[in-house]
Amino acid sequence: MAEPKRVERPLSPFMIGPYYRPQMTSISSIMTRITGNALIVTALLTAWWLLAAATSPGYFDFVNAIVTSWFGALVYTLSAWAVWYHLLAGLRHLYFDAGKGLEIETAEKLGWACFIGATVLTIITIILV
Amino acid sequence: MRYLTPRKSAEGLGAARTGTHDHWFMTVTAVSLVFLVPCFVFVLGTAIGRPQAEVVLLFSRPFPAIVTALVAVVGMLHFARGAKTMIEDYTGGITRELAVIAANGVAYVIMFTVLYALGKMVFLGTLIEAMK
Repeated sequence: MAEPKRVERPLSPFMIGPYYRPQMTSISSIMTRITGNALIVTALLTAWWLLAAATSPGYFDFVNAIVTSWFGALVYTLSAWAVWYHLLAGLRHLYFDAGKGLEIETAEKLGWACFIGATVLTIITIILV
Repeated sequence: MRYLTPRKSAEGLGAARTGTHDHWFMTVTAVSLVFLVPCFVFVLGTAIGRPQAEVVLLFSRPFPAIVTALVAVVGMLHFARGAKTMIEDYTGGITRELAVIAANGVAYVIMFTVLYALGKMVFLGTLIEAMK
């Protein structure tokens, strides 16, 4: 009976930089991952703020001061951009999954649409909120 | 010597038939979040900057409470799987396992913290309304 060999399996290499020059398709793709994972910071801060609101006036004042400070404003402004970018790029992903929009020219245009769309939506969010 | 056939020792390790599980799960949660997240951005945007009593009353209302609860649950499950995919792309071995466990832990702690806070705010809001 063959003993199954334990092998250190290789990871696929990180392509952008050493193998591929950065371009719209790859950068807009990696940005989806970066924004999505970075939003955990927003989730932590928001959960903390909600917990404080449910706890006591003193605790709420403490966390609310952080949330409404320049630092909080910066975090939430960047978060707004990240959330809109991730949402638009996610929609693009669903469109790609359907086998559409994969021609290089269209894919690049969709990448620009994510960046520009996210910026426009962030400005609208700041105006409305 | 282990009396396991190679097939037996490979079973349950993934790939065959479950290879697209993560992808499909992300698709399902993504479509839900397309609708939930704009609603939540609106709710949170309205809530931030208000005094505590108003925040509690706001989140004790059905729409803000349900939207926030759904975003916490679906959003954190979406994060846990997405982070897992990223971790699997860049790390291997014990680092990968610990990182996936940590990402899951963070996701569930946030999820249940939000649900606890919401539950308490709904309760407090109901009390405040009743005493008026």
